[in-house]
Amino acid sequence: MASRDDIKFLSNPKIGSKRNKYCRFRKFGIKHIDYKDTAFLEQFVNEQGKILPRRITGNSLKYQRRVATAVKRARHLALLPYVTDLLK
Amino acid sequence: MRNYEVTFIVDPTLSNDEIKSTAKKYADMMSGAGKIVFNNEIGLRQLAYPIRKRNTGIYSCVEFEVANGAIIDELELAMRRDENILRFLSVKLDKYGVKYNEDKRAGKIGTIVRKKKVVEEDRRDNRRRNNKRRNNQNKPAEKPAAEKTAPAAEKTEK
Repeated sequence: MASRDDIKFLSNPKIGSKRNKYCRFRKFGIKHIDYKDTAFLEQFVNEQGKILPRRITGNSLKYQRRVATAVKRARHLALLPYVTDLLK
Repeated sequence: MRNYEVTFIVDPTLSNDEIKSTAKKYADMMSGAGKIVFNNEIGLRQLAYPIRKRNTGIYSCVEFEVANGAIIDELELAMRRDENILRFLSVKLDKYGVKYNEDKRAGKIGTIVRKKKVVEEDRRDNRRRNNKRRNNQNKPAEKPAAEKTAPAAEKTEK
């Protein structure tokens, strides 16, 4: 008998299943986003330092706006770069 | 009462006394108008991009409480004229911001420790290693020796 690991799927079986996105600010009750906390803000930018869209982060509109302003403030203070490669 | 937070970057090429005196000058301006809640001297930090050909800067962040925002105009004008200040940012804090800063000072807010991404390996390498592992499982006699050598080789690479 072949074990489950040996079965080869033609397509990735995980592709069809949808992972539910959620707004972490609403879920965990985060009310304030600090522009000085770069480690936190880095979760919302890609490797080039661009702000990730809502469809990827799953943020609600209200908090996406706040994330965006926080990232922009951090950029102004040179805590985050405006443009780079290989951030992270 | 309004709470404000002013962050500014002092030029690092100045002498120590000058750095202290510039930071103090603005802190005094703020304390003259209202009450300083917290003066967070973050200190020397790498800038994400060069500003006026400087790659580092001395950050400090002052949170203060005043009756009205008239002081902000004065502060910003003074900072804009000051050559020793590389950048500044003044932000009005809402009640959540004030709460956040309090909690942060009390150490209730943890910092994220991001797992360093494992050095990107070729996907093909991964597959090869998995194949090796699978082969080893089929032949258990060879397994220990092969596994011992493999991780050691990886470590030296990193």
